[in-house]
Amino acid sequence: MFNLRLKETVAFMSYRKFAMIFSAVLMLAAVTSLATNKLNFGLDFTGGTLIEVGFEQAADLESLRDVMTSNGFPEAKIQFYGSSSDVVIRLGLRDDVKAEMLGNQVLDILQSNTGQNIDMRRIEFVGASVGDELAEQGGLAMLTALICILVYVAFRFEWRFAIGSVAALFHDVLLTLGLFSVLGLEFDLTVLAAILAVIGYSLNDTIVVSDRIRENFRKLRTGTTEEIINTSLTQTLSRTFITSITTLLVLAALFFWGGALIHGFATALLFGVFVGTYSSIYVASSVALSLGISKEDLIPEVIEKEGADQEEMMP
Amino acid sequence: MLNKYPLWKTLMVMFIIAIGALYATPNLYGEAPAVQVSGLRGVEADAATLDQIKAQLEQNNIAYDSIALEKGQVLTRFKSTDSQLKARDILDESLGKQYSVALNLTPNTPDWLANIGGTPMKLGLDLSGGVSFLMEVNMKEAMAKAKSGMVSEFRSELRNEKIRYRTVKEDGNAISVIFRKVEDLQAAESLLEKRYRDLLFKTDEDSLTLKATMTELKEKEIREYALQQNITIIRNRVNELGVAEPLVQRQGKKHIVIELPGVQDTAKAKEILNATATIEFRLVDTEGDLANALNGRIPASSILLTDRDGKPSLLKKRIMLTGDHITDAKSGFDEYSRPQVNISLDSAGGSKMSNGTKNNIGKPMATVFIEYKATDKKDAEGNIIFEKVEEIISIATIQARLGKSFRITGAGSQAEAHNLALLLRAGALIAPITIVEERTVGPTLGAENVQLGFKAIMLGFAFVFAFMMFYYRAFGVVANLALGANLVLIVGVMSMIPGATLTLPGMAGIVLTVGMAVDANVLIFERIREEIREGKSIQQAIHQGYEAAFSTIIDANITTLIAALILFAVGTGPVKGFAVTLSIGIITSMFTSVVASRTVVNAVWGGKRLDKLSI
Repeated sequence: MFNLRLKETVAFMSYRKFAMIFSAVLMLAAVTSLATNKLNFGLDFTGGTLIEVGFEQAADLESLRDVMTSNGFPEAKIQFYGSSSDVVIRLGLRDDVKAEMLGNQVLDILQSNTGQNIDMRRIEFVGASVGDELAEQGGLAMLTALICILVYVAFRFEWRFAIGSVAALFHDVLLTLGLFSVLGLEFDLTVLAAILAVIGYSLNDTIVVSDRIRENFRKLRTGTTEEIINTSLTQTLSRTFITSITTLLVLAALFFWGGALIHGFATALLFGVFVGTYSSIYVASSVALSLGISKEDLIPEVIEKEGADQEEMMP
Repeated sequence: MLNKYPLWKTLMVMFIIAIGALYATPNLYGEAPAVQVSGLRGVEADAATLDQIKAQLEQNNIAYDSIALEKGQVLTRFKSTDSQLKARDILDESLGKQYSVALNLTPNTPDWLANIGGTPMKLGLDLSGGVSFLMEVNMKEAMAKAKSGMVSEFRSELRNEKIRYRTVKEDGNAISVIFRKVEDLQAAESLLEKRYRDLLFKTDEDSLTLKATMTELKEKEIREYALQQNITIIRNRVNELGVAEPLVQRQGKKHIVIELPGVQDTAKAKEILNATATIEFRLVDTEGDLANALNGRIPASSILLTDRDGKPSLLKKRIMLTGDHITDAKSGFDEYSRPQVNISLDSAGGSKMSNGTKNNIGKPMATVFIEYKATDKKDAEGNIIFEKVEEIISIATIQARLGKSFRITGAGSQAEAHNLALLLRAGALIAPITIVEERTVGPTLGAENVQLGFKAIMLGFAFVFAFMMFYYRAFGVVANLALGANLVLIVGVMSMIPGATLTLPGMAGIVLTVGMAVDANVLIFERIREEIREGKSIQQAIHQGYEAAFSTIIDANITTLIAALILFAVGTGPVKGFAVTLSIGIITSMFTSVVASRTVVNAVWGGKRLDKLSI
């Protein structure tokens, strides 16, 4: 039997001061970076035009830049995308040209100036109003998700757990956003989707831990709140690790073999699963503990539950 | 007995998985090249069309696999893309402009599967290639037009009732009418309040002003109307593009999504979407000689136009009324229950119509539909050249002096009346629309995305399979079976739900579900191990493991489902696809990892005396 189980209860909560300082420092760094570096918003949010073209041979970015400049697009950002024969050209919103015609125009320019057969891979055009609306909607979506989850957890568990789990979610989202800001990675719609998935994942972890804490509060007659939380964390640790491993395995598949379009998505999730695992141990539980969660808060249901348990034990 | 399922429960689990598998199978058959012929402007392809196509294909020696008439469309399947392309060109030329001929890929689903509703998953544009547009209806303009229409209506209402007023004008959000006398103000208020129940009236006797504001309901109605009208017009135009399975759908309050799978020439698509159409009413020139006109001797005051079937008519050059005066057109039935079209005009249009028809009672009047269509040609500056296409869509006899609202009867079938109403409305486009978003995916990228997504799913699966087998041994195999069943169910459900579309992020969602779905089994198995360590019997441990983990699994999944549903509500396109697969995956995974895995565990280990468990 392979086993990741620890023989003795780990005193997770005795390190919680360090963990809190650690988290606070990271969050501060994330906020600072978001304030100074901002997020590198993708086309979905900023508006503009993106053209992805495939060349027969490796493309020469310098000469492409010259071609674009001499044809009236000096501001065009040209980059490789995934491979050296695959190029992405980004253009901001312009007032003078009919924006929805820009894509085809650029394609024509490239076709006639490079002498290579060009494969149109994708053209995306997003108007300014759409981007603004999307940013608003995206923010609203995250807020709604957090509130709905807060209400559900408060209803199913206890308000201290709810605050703890939402604090953990906030922590995870903020750090993931911070990572994208620090590294300057493009933040597009798929990354937003990934962050909502991170919320789901991190919550999954938090709930499993909270569930065990609740159970142990009812089952274990002795021990302080801190001890019970430590026991619960230890008991669920192997599950936490295994689920993280399987999730990280599939995410690795997406990250390395999912292609360039899905790269940002996979990056956000990979990082999110790491911090999500950490936060369910150190943020959610320690916030609930700091808020003064105790046995009594979960006692009323105990009597009923234990009775039901006993009956079931009888064959 | 502990850990034994009654037979019906086992059968039910097997049945559900079998159904999922059954509906997942159409995805294995692939697609065949086909040509789809559908009618334009209300014309439906029928058995005659089918025979015509058959004859054309046989005449040109093009072999086809099958040909069928379905929902007013003729679908012909071919063995190769070569004969598909050849057939398209031939049919396009021989069928004329009542029909659109589109290339299509149709699933090779066997008949017995298709008969029980089996279809493959619908692929999103990022996988199939094609273009999607998001168009925004200019609601400000729609409201402005509605308001200025109301100003002129007020004027003519007051004039008709001989109520004297000083001015009628737009006043911010309201329309204000200023009078000279209090009596006029009161008379006007009682008149207008009766006529316009969806407006709110306020009078100020000091300044002799009557203020009318639209109720929220009325404003909503105007916006709704503008949106619906644009959708109708776009549908009509998209059909002419000759795209198989286009999608035109409203999104939110003022947006329209248009998806054109397989379209690469977006420039032409855009021109057609942005094309303008208008309506003109003209008198038919009954004195002129049609035969002479056909030979090129057209009277100076007339023009020669044809209808849809190519039947020519000689019309007066003078335009009686243009389509921008039309405020509404609806099809219905007259007192003899013959189909008719009811047309409403604004007041200026009403007086023009009244003047134009008063001396022409008993004479025929033609309705002409004019469209500027993009051609394949370009001018010296590279702009697409537009061709003005004029077509008579109806000729009716003027029965009486016409006014603000009149009707056209004898338009033929109900479908034709409906179609005429649609075209009349199309000619009076009230709110302009603009493209605010465009996404084009080339065919190579689409195919590449499919491959990448597929590979990532397979690899993700392989990793998790290997890990679970290594870590949980026999129970790992059970978890893997559940995982396999989960994938089959996701694909089956995706194929069954008509609106579900598979996108690249959707495929990522499946990968993610694979990783997270085993979580339920991990929870259960860890719990069983714990129970065994605590000295419970094997059967007790299995039982307790499943029982105790259940509420945790439910809580954890419901919260993730909340996040997925919110994503579904706000997301569009590919992201919505992610939310769809994630939501479906969460629900199916709860079934497979809790119920299905338990069925296997019970069947293999349940009710036996065991000293050791391979977990």
